[in-house]
Amino acid sequence: MPEDVFKALADPTRRHILDELADRNGQSLFEIRARLATKHGLGMSRQAISQHLAVLEAAELVRTRRQGRYKFHDLNTAPLERIATRWLRTDAAEENQ
Amino acid sequence: MKIHLASVFVDDQEKALRFYTDVLGFVKKTEVPLGEHRWLTVVSPEEPEGTELVLEPDAHPAVKPYKAALLDDGIPATSFAVDDVRAEFDRLSRLGVHFTQEPVDMGPVTTAVLDDTCGNLIQIAQHH
Repeated sequence: MPEDVFKALADPTRRHILDELADRNGQSLFEIRARLATKHGLGMSRQAISQHLAVLEAAELVRTRRQGRYKFHDLNTAPLERIATRWLRTDAAEENQ
Repeated sequence: MKIHLASVFVDDQEKALRFYTDVLGFVKKTEVPLGEHRWLTVVSPEEPEGTELVLEPDAHPAVKPYKAALLDDGIPATSFAVDDVRAEFDRLSRLGVHFTQEPVDMGPVTTAVLDDTCGNLIQIAQHH
């Protein structure tokens, strides 16, 4: 579902979420919300962040896992690697030489 | 007007008293038997006359779903001020405390979030 990946990446808030998860994996919704507010000046409701996370999850850029009674969010870069290999294959570069 | 009391809902008052005193380092201020439960408060040794934290039983049926929903999203029940979040993180981690959020710089504060073992997350915050 590459279209989902592009749609997910098109939104700056969702890119900030990915940036923050790249900084530290395994964040609760509370931590993501606090980072968006304090580091990016984005004061958002829980619902708004949940919706952004749902879009990122649908694109498989974010994975959630339960650990006991907590829920954590992890970055998954596999869909980005598929984008890179689509146009940036090293063998394609060699063919051009 | 002053904030005299703040409270956290705990699943077991005796266990909570041990965690909030032996581990976090607060001291017991008042203890009044009330049948099945107690009126139980702790204070900071740095501020014995300061705000008291009530270790409130979570027996009311509304409390457990409330706590579970907060835990799910990682939302702390309350926040305590510390001089050095990273030092406290190291000290408490050595004591076996589980953190759901390691120390993170968030602009004017550095925060971390720990599990109080009584069904709550507690934030510790260092204001710069």
